[in-house]
Amino acid sequence: MTFEEISNKAKSEWEALQRGSYILIGTATCGRAAGALDVVDAFKKGLTRQGLDVLIIQVGCMGLCYAEPLVTISKPGSLRVVYSNVTPEIVPRLVEGYVAGDDPCLELALGTLEGGGGEAVYIPELPRFEYELRLILRCCGYSNPENINHYIANGGYSGLEKALKISPEKIIGELKKSGLRGRGGAGFPAHLKWELCRKAGGTPKYVICNADEGDPGAFMDRVVLESDPHQVIEGMIIAGYAIGAEQGYIYVRAEYPLAIERIQIALKQARKLGFLGDNILGGDFGFHIEIAAGAGAFVSGEATALVAAMEGRRSEPRPRPPRLSEAGLWNKPTLLNNVKTFAFVPLIIERGGNWFASIGTEGSKGTAMFTLAGKVANVGLAEVPMGTTLSKLVYDIGGGIAKDKEFKAVQIGGPSGGCLPESLLNIPIDYDSLREAGSMMGSGGMIVMDENNCMVDAARFFIDFSTKESCGKCTMCRLGTLQMLRILEDITAGRGGIDDIALLLALAEDVKAGSLCGLGQTAPNPVLTTMRYFRDEYEAHILEKRCPARVCPELTVYYILPDKCDRACEHCILTCPTKAIKGDKGEVKIIDQVKCSKCGTCLEVCPPEYNAVVKLSPVSLLPASKLSERKAGK
Amino acid sequence: MIAEKQASQAVAEILGHYKKEKKNLIPLLQEVQTKLGYLPRKALQEIADFLEMPEVEVWGVATFYNQFRFVPLGKYHTVVCMGTACHLAGGRLILEALERELSIKVGETAEDGNFSLERVACIGCCMLAPVVVIKDKIHPKMTPFKVEEALIPYKQEAQGELKEGKSKSKS
Ligand SMILES: Cc1cc2nc3c(=O)[nH]c(=O)nc-3n(C[C@H](O)[C@H](O)[C@H](O)COP(=O)(O)O)c2cc1C
Ligand code: FES
Repeated sequence: MTFEEISNKAKSEWEALQRGSYILIGTATCGRAAGALDVVDAFKKGLTRQGLDVLIIQVGCMGLCYAEPLVTISKPGSLRVVYSNVTPEIVPRLVEGYVAGDDPCLELALGTLEGGGGEAVYIPELPRFEYELRLILRCCGYSNPENINHYIANGGYSGLEKALKISPEKIIGELKKSGLRGRGGAGFPAHLKWELCRKAGGTPKYVICNADEGDPGAFMDRVVLESDPHQVIEGMIIAGYAIGAEQGYIYVRAEYPLAIERIQIALKQARKLGFLGDNILGGDFGFHIEIAAGAGAFVSGEATALVAAMEGRRSEPRPRPPRLSEAGLWNKPTLLNNVKTFAFVPLIIERGGNWFASIGTEGSKGTAMFTLAGKVANVGLAEVPMGTTLSKLVYDIGGGIAKDKEFKAVQIGGPSGGCLPESLLNIPIDYDSLREAGSMMGSGGMIVMDENNCMVDAARFFIDFSTKESCGKCTMCRLGTLQMLRILEDITAGRGGIDDIALLLALAEDVKAGSLCGLGQTAPNPVLTTMRYFRDEYEAHILEKRCPARVCPELTVYYILPDKCDRACEHCILTCPTKAIKGDKGEVKIIDQVKCSKCGTCLEVCPPEYNAVVKLSPVSLLPASKLSERKAGK
Repeated sequence: MIAEKQASQAVAEILGHYKKEKKNLIPLLQEVQTKLGYLPRKALQEIADFLEMPEVEVWGVATFYNQFRFVPLGKYHTVVCMGTACHLAGGRLILEALERELSIKVGETAEDGNFSLERVACIGCCMLAPVVVIKDKIHPKMTPFKVEEALIPYKQEAQGELKEGKSKSKS
């Protein structure tokens, strides 16, 4: 079949679909965690009961993770309505109401996909979409990731078709015009890497897609692979053609079983239609892609370590040069890019480098994709033009801080990134501004922290992660980070001295200078930024033995306010896991500070009308009698 | 637990699908672990022999990666997320509660083989933080108190089977 025939067939299938009714249910990992598969079952049962024959399509993630499970009901000639937080219990209503009947059940809806002006929210007019620009995410959640025809009908593989008709030099030229920089963290210009690989001597050459995504709290790459995997595959094929490679690998972490499954399906379908194989689209160029499953090590995401893992070794980074473009997999020229970097390529070829370069800022082109997590109201995924400010992401797209708490910091770039305070919320998101602020773009994980998060504890958390994930090759990374961890543990436990701050700073510089790869070179960033922007919290821990957020267990105590305690209620006594609460019937309840494990259960179960349990820091705030009891216990 | 002989047979069968190439080491370890639930010492020896590598090298690779385990998992394998979002939402309290409730430390399997506890960094459902996964079921938005509640059905099931087993052996 020619591309035109393939494309026409896909389009007619898509159009036929639009002429009928269908139900989209988001079943990416996030949807499943929220119970989407039960919703699928409920729909199947509901449709059978009504004797309806309506197509259910399992789609990926729309990026509105806070609203999962999400269901879209589409009927010819009526509104497409999106329902959020759907449970199996409300499914019969939706089936009877809108699938079978004419009542769109708008009171259960998040909004509609067309119309506007009516009584329901018009989703494209939600405030967040004013700031978002969805390129990679454009079809995520609307098309079936397990059906290649949905991708083709929406313009897929036409970039490849175009690419194969022009020369590799011209493709790299378009990339250069586009200004695309790698989305894996470091922001290396894509065209330079491709050019180096093209010119490198030695065959065969390899293309590898880095889908290791080890940042604990980021999941964009997973969403792309689960929701619209063909973009990545198409980008890799174009890369193969441009650099002269015939073999590609997708290195994906084993913790992403659904992504692996959906890539496998996508590869199979692409082979069947002749987009992969020996003679792609009937021409001379051949390209093959296989999956390599990672085995769970953060450092495996580093370029040279990833190659070591693929060769069956411990994934320890090696010094560069030589670059992978000279000596990569099996010592052959290798092109390694991130999932999103490849996903942009088909669009750039199709619409031109200048189009891409018109989006974003001087030094950072195109869009950036972020996962918003932590204490933000609308947890999920967002894609915005580079240069959008942090505050737009946190407030306009993320909906601000959940539960009306006070904003404290936003952490960008995971264990290699930094924590930025409110005063920096107006900086634009691009590679250079973030680096100047002491953070980095990283993979695109963004975690929002509120007044209840302790910044010293956050720094301790990230250093703990880096210590555990250090491969151990460089002494400063292996032992320097451990030493930093010990100091931070001391500070959070109230054993820190004021000299520790200078010591931490000195160690941080040494770890940066003495490490071979990005892991060690960036591991001190969370500590450095918290010390730079939240020095007062370090000082409070050290000088006053006080944890301002009341998080650090050694510096915090739970206390039951005698005049608020109801006396008759025994919720806390009955639930305390260490039996630390005493008090006879009708008496005020008292926490035995020696037995207390600081789990917070009493605070959680104390009925809101009493609200008698409080957390205090420093410990010396405890009324004197309780304090002496505590000391005696020790 | 699968008997030793059966395990060897299973490993031999898996080895049969692979070429004797060093690059196959990690996929081999992954497949053997999927089949047996963990990597027994003997299986590592067999893999080393097959690939004609020193056993210590196989051990070196296997211990490097977080995915590989060298003791069998409990019947109710429990995973607690210690990723950033879960940590900020109180993950440490959840981990402590699980250790307390199960009387094992993280990384261990209980002696009766019922529960095992493992920590991971982010399972990709940060919007539901803090998250615990018990026997593949995700329990969202946990608190120390909810941990206790979530474990009850599994504990009851484990005890029920214990009693059933005893009464059977009596009759
Ligand atoms: C410790 C460490 C972990 C990394 N993890 C990843 C990762 O999970 N995904 C990724 O694409 N790049 C990761 N990188 C960056 C890669 O080394 C490499 O720069 C990137 O994959 C190149 O692709 P790009 O040019 O498209 O950004 C990591 C780097 C370091 C130092
Ligand atoms: S941090 Fe726990 S699921 Fe992401």
